[in-house]
Amino acid sequence: MIAFEDVSHDYGGGRLFGDVSIKLEQGSFHFLTGPSGAGKSTFLKLCYGELTPSAGKVLVMNKDLQGLSRNDLAGMRQRIGVVHQDCQFLDHLSVEQNVALPLSATGRSVPDSDVADLLSWVGLASHAEALPPTLSGGERQRAALARAVISAPNMLLADEPTGNLDWDMSQRLMSLMIELNRMGTAILIATHDLQLIRFAKSQINARVLRIARRKLQVAGADL
Amino acid sequence: MSAGASISRLVVPRRGQSVWLIVLSAGAMAFLAVFALALAVSAAQLAQTWSAALSQTATVRLSAPPEEIDEQTAIVLEVLRTTPGIASAEQIAPEEQAELLEAWLGPDLPLDALPLPRLIEVTETPEGPDRQGLRLRLSAEAPGAVFDDHTRWRRPLAEAAGRLRAVALVSLVLIGGVTSAIIALAASAALASNGQVIRVLRLVGARDRFIARAFVRQISLRAGLGALVGTALALGALAAIPQAGGDVHLLSGFGFSGAGWALPALIPPLAMILAWLASMTTAFQVLRGVT
Repeated sequence: MIAFEDVSHDYGGGRLFGDVSIKLEQGSFHFLTGPSGAGKSTFLKLCYGELTPSAGKVLVMNKDLQGLSRNDLAGMRQRIGVVHQDCQFLDHLSVEQNVALPLSATGRSVPDSDVADLLSWVGLASHAEALPPTLSGGERQRAALARAVISAPNMLLADEPTGNLDWDMSQRLMSLMIELNRMGTAILIATHDLQLIRFAKSQINARVLRIARRKLQVAGADL
Repeated sequence: MSAGASISRLVVPRRGQSVWLIVLSAGAMAFLAVFALALAVSAAQLAQTWSAALSQTATVRLSAPPEEIDEQTAIVLEVLRTTPGIASAEQIAPEEQAELLEAWLGPDLPLDALPLPRLIEVTETPEGPDRQGLRLRLSAEAPGAVFDDHTRWRRPLAEAAGRLRAVALVSLVLIGGVTSAIIALAASAALASNGQVIRVLRLVGARDRFIARAFVRQISLRAGLGALVGTALALGALAAIPQAGGDVHLLSGFGFSGAGWALPALIPPLAMILAWLASMTTAFQVLRGVT
C-alpha cells in the first residue's frame, strides 16, 4: 500500500527518519506515536505527497510519489482519506457539503443517504446544515473524519483524530475506523492516546510505530 | 440543498475585492468598447456616404471669352450628351451659382461683374464614362472646359474615414488586451486569497482542472455581468447623444443605425470568452506553483 525506501527528511532542525524503509500493507492497522514535534505529522504528509522526502522514495500503490504528475497525485489522493490535525474546511459550505466534497469534487455521485448516515455515525446529524466555523474543535474533527471516509478510501491517514473528543466519542470513532479496516482499508493513526491504542488493540491486530530520537521504531527497535 | 449539487459553482466563496474589480473593470471596458465600436461603424458609414455622395457626379468648369461662352457651353453639353457613361448634363443656372458663392463671398458682391466660369453638373451612369477620352474630346472641342470628377476630394475623405476606422479598431484591440490583463490579475488575486480553498480541494483529490474551472466560472460570469451593465449604459449614453441637424455635422451619424444596434450585443459574450481564457491561463499557472 505505502512503502518507504531509505527515506529521510531534512528540516530546519536536522534530519528525520534516517533512511527508514517500511511497508504499510493493504488492510493493515498502525498507530504512530511519539512526543510532540517528533515528526508524526511530517511522516503522514510524506505518505500522501504533501511533502517530498529529502532522500529515498515513497511509493503509494506501487507508484513513486515524486514521479507523479499533479493530476496523478490528485487521483492517488482520491484513494487516501486524510484527517489533518487542524481540520481545514471550505468555511462557506455546510458540513454536509464539506463531507461530500471528496465525491462531488472528483465527479463521483453523492448519495445523500450516505452523507446522512455518516453524519449520524459521527454524531453530527443535527449539524448537517451548519457552517464549519460554528463547530467546536471536537465537532470539526468528527466532520473531518466523516469527510475522509465518505469515499471508502484504500487508506486512511489520521493525525490526532480524537484529540478534542471525550472518551465515548473517541471509542465510537475508533470503532468506525476498525470497521473500515475490517473492510480492507489500511489505517495509520498518529496519536498520543495510549488508552485509545489499547482499546483498538483489544479488538484488532494493530502495530505501533514510534518516532524517537528522529528515528522510526517498531516494537522499541529502530527500523 | 443536496450535498453534491453542482459543487463547482459553490466551492469558491462569493466575496472579496477581486469580485468587484472584475465587475467594474469589465463594465468600464465594455462601456469604452461600445464607443470604439460605434466609432468604427460610423467611420465606415461616413466613408461610404462621402464616397456615394461624390461618386457618379462630376463637374465641367468652362472658362471662355464672353462672346464665345454660349457657343462653347452648347458644344460641351453636346459632347457630354453623346458620351457613353454620362446619364445627364445640366448647366447650373447663374442664380443658383450665385447662391453657392454667396456663402463664401457674401451677398453684397456684384457677381455679374466677375468673370465667373460656367458650371455644368454631370451625372454618370454606374459604369461611368472613359474619363481620359472625355477630357481629350473636351480639350479638342472646347479648350476652356475642365472635367472634374471629384477624385481629389473623394480620396482624402475616404482615407481620413479609413484611418478613423483603423484607430477605432486598434482601440477595440487595446480594450480587449487591457481587459484580459485586469482579469488575469484579478484571477491571480482571487486564487491567492483562497489558499485554504485550494488546499482543501487538493486534499480531497480534486484535479487542477476542477479547481481552475471553479474559479474561472465565477470570474467569467462576473466579467459577463459587468460587461452587460457597461454595454447597456453605453448604449443609453449613445442614444442620448443628440443627432445634430442643420449646420452641425460633426456628430450627426455617430453611433449605430438599424441592425447595427445589434453589434454591441456581442460585447458581453466576448468579454466572457476573454475572461474565461485569461483566468483559465492564470489559474493553471498559479496552481502549478502551489503544492
